[in-house]
Amino acid sequence: MTTLTASRGLRGQTLTRRQLISRSFAASAGMIIGAGFIAAPDAAWAYAPTTLKPETMATLVRMARDIYPHDRIADEFYVIAVKGYDTADAAPGIEAGIASLNAAAQGAGHADYLSIGWEDDRVALLRAMETSAFFQQIRGGLVTGLYNQKAVWPIFGYEGESFSQGGYLHRGFDDINWL
Amino acid sequence: MVAKFELDDDSVVLIIGTGSGGGVLANELAQKGVKVVSLEAGGRYMPEDYINDEWDSFAQLAWLDNRTTSGDWRVAKDFSGLPAWIVKAVGGTSIHWAGASLRFQDHEWKARTNYGHVTGANLLDWPIDGAEMAPWYEKAETKLGVTRTGDRPGLPGNNNYKVLEKGALAVGYKEVHTGRMAINSVDYDDRLACQQTGFCFQGCKWGAKWSSAYTDIPKGEATGNLEVRDRCHALKIEHDDKGKVTGVLYADKDGNQHFQKARVVCVAGNSIESPRILLNSASSMFPDGLANSSGQVGRNYLRHVTGSVYGVFEKPVKMWRGTTMAGIVQDEARLDPSRGFVGGYELETLALGVPFMAAFLDPGGWGRSFTSAMDGYENMAGMWIVGEDMPQETNRITLHATVVDQFGLPAPNVHFDDHPNDIAMRNHAYAAGEAIYRAAGATRTFPTPPYPSTHNLGTNRMSENPRDGVVNKHGQSHDIPNLFVSDGSQFTTGAAENPTLTIVALAIRQAEFIAGELSKQNL
Repeated sequence: MTTLTASRGLRGQTLTRRQLISRSFAASAGMIIGAGFIAAPDAAWAYAPTTLKPETMATLVRMARDIYPHDRIADEFYVIAVKGYDTADAAPGIEAGIASLNAAAQGAGHADYLSIGWEDDRVALLRAMETSAFFQQIRGGLVTGLYNQKAVWPIFGYEGESFSQGGYLHRGFDDINWL
Repeated sequence: MVAKFELDDDSVVLIIGTGSGGGVLANELAQKGVKVVSLEAGGRYMPEDYINDEWDSFAQLAWLDNRTTSGDWRVAKDFSGLPAWIVKAVGGTSIHWAGASLRFQDHEWKARTNYGHVTGANLLDWPIDGAEMAPWYEKAETKLGVTRTGDRPGLPGNNNYKVLEKGALAVGYKEVHTGRMAINSVDYDDRLACQQTGFCFQGCKWGAKWSSAYTDIPKGEATGNLEVRDRCHALKIEHDDKGKVTGVLYADKDGNQHFQKARVVCVAGNSIESPRILLNSASSMFPDGLANSSGQVGRNYLRHVTGSVYGVFEKPVKMWRGTTMAGIVQDEARLDPSRGFVGGYELETLALGVPFMAAFLDPGGWGRSFTSAMDGYENMAGMWIVGEDMPQETNRITLHATVVDQFGLPAPNVHFDDHPNDIAMRNHAYAAGEAIYRAAGATRTFPTPPYPSTHNLGTNRMSENPRDGVVNKHGQSHDIPNLFVSDGSQFTTGAAENPTLTIVALAIRQAEFIAGELSKQNL
């Protein structure tokens, strides 16, 4: 990021290095579990899982979209949001969770989760399992895994930081014209 | 220039914490020639270090030591390990605060008298009042450069403010303006005017918002009387056999422990850590913790009645542009029990970016109800509710029986149950906020639950009578004359106003008292 001379009026200070929070806290707070899952968007769309079964990955991506459905956000961003589960540590839990989701689909008369045509029918299955640890793991991870991707911010109209452009004082902080 | 004091120098005033209480007190004492050692658990970050990205900034600045929660408040469900959203850094939460700088209303200093008995509430009058505080407020406003006080102009209103103003005036509110803010509307005190950049909560990269991090702390250091030891975490306050405190045991950045002797100890670690260190300093002489003969240390935890209202409109608002807290509606801050509750509340604009909106709009929410709200983000306006909550003895900071921090000390548990008065006020405020946005043309509104607490108050409260509270009207503990409380934990009640201005005014006043007592050899 371009750094302007922000503090010309401030006295010079010795700076210390940035402190990073521990991942363990992040998990216990239940808020930022997905922070490690963010990768370059161009690496994502043709993503081939290394540990998860391909159909498990496909089901997980569909589940992610059903939890946070944004019709203007392409699948690749959901892939980015969940591909951090494609590791030896995480995969067994994901395989088990997706297996339970498919079992629920079969219990409702479908071949599996992916074969259910209507979102409402898939969401009904998710509602029935929304207190499960698996569902909450996926949902909680998506809060940051999806919405903290800078590449999706423009889809919401969000502009992110403006300091590098001098803020909005001369760039429309008060430009509302329809009130 | 910067002072360096020896560990066995028992002439220093030792202050724990460098935020709006401790940081101001340190500078004010140093300006008077008093030697001060400040211990700060966090590191030192200047405007050029602040990060205009919500999660990255949170990782840089937030206090993330182990904490637990209990009680029926929604934060305990949504953010069980994060009861408070406050800062661990030189400058403390004055880096994160929005800048709203409102004086208490006169009646709020005497809540017990003016509100009467409220069942379940532990209301008490402050031992000071508006007349006593007026000159200290004026000093605080001058220090912070508060807009619309003195001859300082107000800030211009951004888009988010304009929506609030239109709706508020349409429903008949009169006291609607761009606030009294510690954000420069013109260059002031070697700090730039606001550039309407947003990210006020992540630290102001222009230095336009007052923070002790880049004002009082360096000014105090420049006197040669103040030494700030950053990344030094206070562990325990010790005392002699006469019951006077003698200094503080702390851990440095490498975990090595040191004991700094002191003539006076001032606690300003915010309203969770301040009572916690008093409780963690229990001894055979003070088995219930220091300064706790009243049993009130840690009790009466206040966090303001909060919540947010967001509204979605047909056309873009772009609420994130410019000052985060860009304007205020003050009409509901009055005392009017006919509304079904005592105390009052302010409505202040607020904006979150997409990452925090996703986390806070409806924690735990999912599905199209949630995502269609997020899809309206660009067309959204937002406001925050801040109102007076009722002190309750059972809302309290306690030491956890099993959970410990990184030093092995018992972690704090934060217990909070909403009082019926709190719930009535919040519901009234939700309705008021939704009415404002509907009047401005909102097609959908959201009564958003409280975020982790930013206004943590009351846990070492001020009282006339030692049996009712922890400190006297100077913030001096009733039990131990050379032990002071210098942050928002000394608040007797919370009032409806954002607390920082009052914390600063009390710190300036306390510095005058401590310096006087030192010169009179009373401490």
